[in-house]
Amino acid sequence: MNVRLTRLLLALSALSISATANAEQSLQLNLTRGVTDISNKVYDLHMLVFYICLAIGVIVFGAMFWSILRHRKSRGVKPATFHDNVKVEIAWTVTPFLILFAMAIPATITLIKMDDTSDSDVSVLVTGSQWRWHYSYLDYDVEFQSIMATPREQIYGRLPQTENYLLEVDRPLVIPTGKKVRFLITSDDVIHSWWVPAFAVKKDANPGYINEAWTRVDEPGIYRGQCAELCGRDHAFMPVVVIAKEPADFEAWIRGEEERLRNAREEEQRLLSMQMSMDELMELGQQVFMAQCAACHQPNGQGIPGVFPGLAGVGVSVGDQQAHIDVVVNGARGTAMQAYRNTLSMRELAAVITYERNAWGNNTGDMVQAADIHHFIQGNQ
Amino acid sequence: MSTIVTDTHSAHDAHDHHDHHPKGIKRWLFTTNHKDIGTMYLWFSLIMFFVGGSMALMIRAELFQPGMQIVDPHFFNQMTTMHGVIMVFGAVMPAFVGLANWMIPMMIGAPDMALPRMNNWSFWILPFAFLIMLSSFFMPGGAPAFGWTFYAPLSTTYSTDSTALFVFSMHIMGMSSIMGAINVIVTIMNMRAPGMSYMKMPLFVWTWFITAFLLIAVMPVLAGAVTMVLTDKYFGTAFFDAAGGGDPVLFQHLFWFFGHPEVYIMILPSFGIVSAIIPAFARKPLFGYASMVYATAAIAGLSFLVWAHHMFTTGMPTFASLFFMYMTMLIAVPTGVKVFNWVSTMWRGSMTFETPMLFSLAFVVLFTIGGFSGIMLAITPVDYQYHDTYFVVAHFHYVLVSGAVFSIMAAAYYWLPKWSGVMYDTFLSKLHFWCSLISVNILFFPMHFVGLAGMPRRIPDYALQFADINAIVSVGGFLFGFSQLIFLAVCIKCALKKGEPAPAKPWEGAEGLEWTVPSPAPYHTFDVPPVIK
Repeated sequence: MNVRLTRLLLALSALSISATANAEQSLQLNLTRGVTDISNKVYDLHMLVFYICLAIGVIVFGAMFWSILRHRKSRGVKPATFHDNVKVEIAWTVTPFLILFAMAIPATITLIKMDDTSDSDVSVLVTGSQWRWHYSYLDYDVEFQSIMATPREQIYGRLPQTENYLLEVDRPLVIPTGKKVRFLITSDDVIHSWWVPAFAVKKDANPGYINEAWTRVDEPGIYRGQCAELCGRDHAFMPVVVIAKEPADFEAWIRGEEERLRNAREEEQRLLSMQMSMDELMELGQQVFMAQCAACHQPNGQGIPGVFPGLAGVGVSVGDQQAHIDVVVNGARGTAMQAYRNTLSMRELAAVITYERNAWGNNTGDMVQAADIHHFIQGNQ
Repeated sequence: MSTIVTDTHSAHDAHDHHDHHPKGIKRWLFTTNHKDIGTMYLWFSLIMFFVGGSMALMIRAELFQPGMQIVDPHFFNQMTTMHGVIMVFGAVMPAFVGLANWMIPMMIGAPDMALPRMNNWSFWILPFAFLIMLSSFFMPGGAPAFGWTFYAPLSTTYSTDSTALFVFSMHIMGMSSIMGAINVIVTIMNMRAPGMSYMKMPLFVWTWFITAFLLIAVMPVLAGAVTMVLTDKYFGTAFFDAAGGGDPVLFQHLFWFFGHPEVYIMILPSFGIVSAIIPAFARKPLFGYASMVYATAAIAGLSFLVWAHHMFTTGMPTFASLFFMYMTMLIAVPTGVKVFNWVSTMWRGSMTFETPMLFSLAFVVLFTIGGFSGIMLAITPVDYQYHDTYFVVAHFHYVLVSGAVFSIMAAAYYWLPKWSGVMYDTFLSKLHFWCSLISVNILFFPMHFVGLAGMPRRIPDYALQFADINAIVSVGGFLFGFSQLIFLAVCIKCALKKGEPAPAKPWEGAEGLEWTVPSPAPYHTFDVPPVIK
């Protein structure tokens, strides 16, 4: 209770401070200027329209409050009887029209620029799914998914919240500065919306369709945003983080990523013949489960009745092993359960299935190895 | 045959004894009287206002500070969804229908609505629609959690089985609205007193007349959209599923083709109310009556050409974005005319500030603020930044709460003496006004800031830089919510006839046929039509 009171007092004082001097530092009250040419144009438009509205507001409310103060019965005013004036009425129909026309011109020019995705230097396929982003560089052999890095302990108040609470991811998207980067945006399940305020880019990710957007960032830096379209339970927990690097740094980073992914694939082939112990499987499986599965099936495997099925003591987790592998690898059509064939390695798939078959008292004793997954996928093809 | 005989008999009776009607529950169940039905609509809407409001308080409690403290995110989504559905379909719309039932026959000098039995039915299916909707909380997985806009495929493939109840309940509400709208149109076209030409009708009648056409035009579109959601989820169709050749964005086009006119359905009658109250307390005729009528018609017409401004980020062609931007900006013209006319009505009037006038003045200012943020939202390139943030939440709550709801409160205070026969408690009503005015701004004004700073809407938890403003907003929310209990107290006092007896015309400057009958209005009014000079 005390914490709440302190917070409230802080909040009220913050508002009064921001009204006076250093508004920018203490509390952001206005739209960001952003870091691109377009975002600056958007900001200028925003301020232009705001000031026009403010001016109209001052005039209209000024007249109204003047009237309220002066034309009141308690001052003994006798009411006038006029109720029409064609000239005045035409004037206040035409004038707003002209003001709107003036606003529409810069808006149109900016919009046409924003929608022009031609001549891009780098293209990134951005795929939303419940509740993560997947980035794939079309010009390089690099792809990865980006999941919120804020631990549950912070959300549920067991650990103090840190600076970038809810706005941090395990693997940010990296783009080069000074280059026109085109985003191809789509979704695997429901509609999401990819938004980075500093770029003034917000585009819906529609399943089955691809939208386009672009940006050209001049300043290296870390830029944060969020999913903007309600996409289910963890809509609040799918942040976007973009790092803009100098072209040379970007080149070095992307080559490093390509090599890392190549090595990982070779490692995976090598590991196919290796057997992991139960402890190793359970440890890795728990990590994967918490990152990928716990949002729906819950950390205790209970699910949410009527929404997401439980795994503890029911369903495929304690049933047929091949059916279990099938649903994790291929997903379940017509439900929120997605296919993990392309998002997890075979080792991770094996571990998480083993974990589900042995955690929360399931204790089937079954171990699934990477080779089993490989075998299953081969058999599927 | 016997029914007809009985009916003629009771109609005859009614002439003999003005207040003859069944007593107790039967009076309310079987009533065909526009005043009884109006009263039921109004009480129903007040109850729903508190149900939807308590959901809003649940939302604000969770958002008081960062982190998840009170509810699960899934339940939070149920709260935002049901808060929206209940406030739109359960509170605001029925309140306007209640006002229409009470006032339109009295304003045009008609004895009742044209289709009284249908009137009874259009009210009585409504409580059942909401019982069905609310009962979904007890299903496995709880109530719908996909937002009141129920975008596919979140509402189809990815929803729980409460969707079926949601769809059925929406159908019933739609039927109720369509019947209500037909009744309003038929009444206005056929039952005006001799001499009451169209251009002599009070603006409340005019705005409702136009609203009723909007309702008939768009409720069937909503019915179509919910049916497609139902068949996509349960019967294997793929209207909104790309894998089957459909398109999820098609849903949004259908929804907003209904949804945007719906927004005006919830504000046009407000214009009518305020246009009755401001002249009454400024003691001066309404400025620009004819232009008010034309502006209302223009807004209604434009409402069919702007729906995609809710969808700028869905990836429309540039040309379509431009078209919808221009059309949306145009709406500012007729809306501006209305505001200018209200201010001119006050200009050089002789104003007093009774509670209905206070709410109407607050309406003009706060609705206009909502209009300004509406113009900002119309600018497509900037809308990319505002879309789906708290800036939008601030915008539509300014027009719907301090707009539509304030106008309903103004109407209630204005006509309560006529309905109940007693004056409302002046002190409580002013307390209600000032508490509401201050708290509604603490509640919604800071939302502009937090939205501009980048807080998305419909999230149960947020980044730390939004914490301070959310704490303030939550405090405002609770203050506003509890202020409404004062209104409830005022209404109950009037319903129990506690208060000074009201004269036939309690407001010095009020105009209109409703003030020519005694207060409370007799059970049957205008059995013999008045003649309008």
